[in-house]
Amino acid sequence: MLKVNEVYKVFNPGTVNQKIALRNVSIDMEKGDFVTLIGGNGAGKSTLLNCVAGVYGVDRGTINIAGTDATKLPEHKRASLLGRVFQDPMMGTASDMILEENLALALRRGEPRGLKWGISSKERETYRQMLSHLDLGLENRLHTKVGLLSGGQRQAITLLMATLKKPRLLLLDEHTAALDPKTAERVLSLTDKLISENNLTTLMVTHNMRDAIKHGNRLIMMHDGRVILDIRGEEKKKLTVEALLERFGIASGQEFAYDRALLS
Amino acid sequence: MLEIIKGAVSLGLIWAIMTIGVYITYRILNIADLTVEGSIALGAAIAAQAITNGIDPYISTGISLLGGMAAGFVTGILHTMLKIPALLSGILTMIALYSVNLRVLGKASLSLLRMDTVYTVIEKLGVESSWSIIILGLISVTLVICLLYWFFGTELGCAIRATGNNPKMVRAQGINTNSMIILGLVISNGLVALSGALIAQYQTFADVQMGTGSIVIGLASVIIGEVLFGKRNFMMRFVSLAFGAITYRIIIAFVLKLGMHSNDLKLFTAITVAIALALPIIKGYLDPPKISIQEEE
Repeated sequence: MLKVNEVYKVFNPGTVNQKIALRNVSIDMEKGDFVTLIGGNGAGKSTLLNCVAGVYGVDRGTINIAGTDATKLPEHKRASLLGRVFQDPMMGTASDMILEENLALALRRGEPRGLKWGISSKERETYRQMLSHLDLGLENRLHTKVGLLSGGQRQAITLLMATLKKPRLLLLDEHTAALDPKTAERVLSLTDKLISENNLTTLMVTHNMRDAIKHGNRLIMMHDGRVILDIRGEEKKKLTVEALLERFGIASGQEFAYDRALLS
Repeated sequence: MLEIIKGAVSLGLIWAIMTIGVYITYRILNIADLTVEGSIALGAAIAAQAITNGIDPYISTGISLLGGMAAGFVTGILHTMLKIPALLSGILTMIALYSVNLRVLGKASLSLLRMDTVYTVIEKLGVESSWSIIILGLISVTLVICLLYWFFGTELGCAIRATGNNPKMVRAQGINTNSMIILGLVISNGLVALSGALIAQYQTFADVQMGTGSIVIGLASVIIGEVLFGKRNFMMRFVSLAFGAITYRIIIAFVLKLGMHSNDLKLFTAITVAIALALPIIKGYLDPPKISIQEEE
């Protein structure tokens, strides 16, 4: 479903700020895979996600999404294949527009926009139903400006928007990192629910080792622009934080010195 | 007295179209677009030259609209394809339009005295001249507001509104934000040029200088409209812009009546806009937020 082949990405080449973010990264995801992507700051996981989404172009290598060579496709053209949720809960929605307008924008993801009315009354009923499943009391707030809702509510809405039109690949970029622990947990369980209901292929970036172990069927760890661990199947199910730390040490030749991942 | 208000209302209605154009870039797209200073004069120049050449005034006004749209397109390309900051893109087009407008006019100003205009056509139906301006202004403003209300409710219009709000999210929904920005600039400058054409026919001349300061007048009208008439739903927002433009003209008429020299008008307008824009900040300086947490007994 996603084939990342030998992707190389460098920022600010030829300057003192040169930073090699991805060193020939390859990842091959099967249909229905739910991959958690973990690593410390600067490991390259967000860069990889942004390269897949088309925010950055790659310097070398290819990216293939659901059989389409997306390497050179601009961001807005890849969007028909992708559902995306960002780290910042404010980023996924248009704050000055009302809830139903946001949902209507997402329902038409990847389709040409014409002069038809922006929302049909038939859609409205669907939205109401879907929102009631979120259990956040949003089903009666279709006409509320999204900017007035809380971060957790907005992230839940973004998640719903990303899956409203079923994506070939769902990209989650540390989408619970900016939420308080309780809300983060709710959003994560909603994530699990939406993924299993729609049988979505998912790539989830996270800082949190526990979350990375608990969710998904496959765990990929990055370090210094490289994939250093790829754990799947039974092995993934049995994984513990201690075992993961140990394997990180062996693979990278370093100790995992990232407090946030341990403490959270 | 009544005459002053009538004059202010008719001028305000014509400028309301320009104000709506400024609103589209300034509030919806979140861009301060200076192209308008050039495109308002472009609209005036095209209409004046076309009418002088015997073209029907309504068709001439239509050509002005197209001219303004072209100007907006140029700014859009400079800003999106060539990545020049929005403010600078607008300034570049504005400066370029100065020469273009001189070419169109053939000289610094062109008189439309005793020529047919969009207003004289109505006068021929037996309407008094000052009323013909109000009638035509009212019809145009109503038409523009209804059209835009419809347009910004469509899928395309929603996409433009979202682009000004959160371009990153819009791209994630598969929308080309560059196209949306260009389209917004095209519509905005088309309206501004249309307004310019109506202004030229109202004052019976087109002048290459007439755009100077128009962006500030537009902003002043937007702000007055929002402050005085609220911005509840989308339709009301457009209507409040028209009221804002009219109120601005009434205020100007009054300060002139009170003895302000007309040369000082632009200074007055600029200060008014600066104060209005800075009001929330000034309030903060004068009245720092009080700590409202009270100690428990």
